[in-house]
Amino acid sequence: MRLSLILRTAARLLVPLMILFSVFLMLRGHNEAGGGFIGGLVSASAFALYAMAYGTQDARRALYADPRTLMASGVGIALVSALIPLFSGAPFFKGLWTTLPGGVKLGTPILFDIGVYLLVVGMTLVVIYELDDDGLSLFPRDNRPGTTPPSSPAA
Amino acid sequence: MPDDELRMMELSGPLAWTVYSCLILISVSLMLAVVRLIRGPSLPDRVIALDLIAYQAIALMLMYAIATDKSYFLEVGLVLGLIAFLGTVAFARYIEYISLEATVADDYNE
Repeated sequence: MRLSLILRTAARLLVPLMILFSVFLMLRGHNEAGGGFIGGLVSASAFALYAMAYGTQDARRALYADPRTLMASGVGIALVSALIPLFSGAPFFKGLWTTLPGGVKLGTPILFDIGVYLLVVGMTLVVIYELDDDGLSLFPRDNRPGTTPPSSPAA
Repeated sequence: MPDDELRMMELSGPLAWTVYSCLILISVSLMLAVVRLIRGPSLPDRVIALDLIAYQAIALMLMYAIATDKSYFLEVGLVLGLIAFLGTVAFARYIEYISLEATVADDYNE
């Protein structure tokens, strides 16, 4: 599929914005609308947009980690946040909070939200990157500069 | 005050007129876009109509946020604005793909 210069430029502008907004959604999720799930979905759609503009190879390289590793570490972090209260005599999954010197409140629900965020990002990206293997041509292939795409449609 | 959680704020003056007329006008244009989505003779018409519906929904939410003084509708509009763009891009890729398939098939038949 042909590469679009407009889409690439727009993606370069939009992807950081979407990832920033997803982190914002995740952090405010405990008090207001938002949360790890919707934050992860927004972040995964940012990487899907990057993949549509640059191809899944470049998107995988931009993510650094394998999506399956993200899924596993997300579940692990959520499990750790559930196990922490057991060591202080509280029931399983009880939310514990501490206040940092600067007045910032930190607790196990934030850890759980981070775990959910990573799990949703990983799971959605596994599904999206799998679409590329069927040759659906939703994502551009072979976008090295200098090489021409194999089948360029007549304008 | 959980009872009047979503009650309209007491707007008055030009702001009230602007908000209410905007709500009515956006609703009418939303209905027209839905008509185009249903009737649209070709696939690109329907994609454009879907795109338009998404942005009209954002406008409706912003007006509603002003009318009810609830700020979290602004974030909903922001998320929808980012995601609607993605959906339109995916549809554009799909249309490009099927038109490419059609030209390849035509070449093969000739």
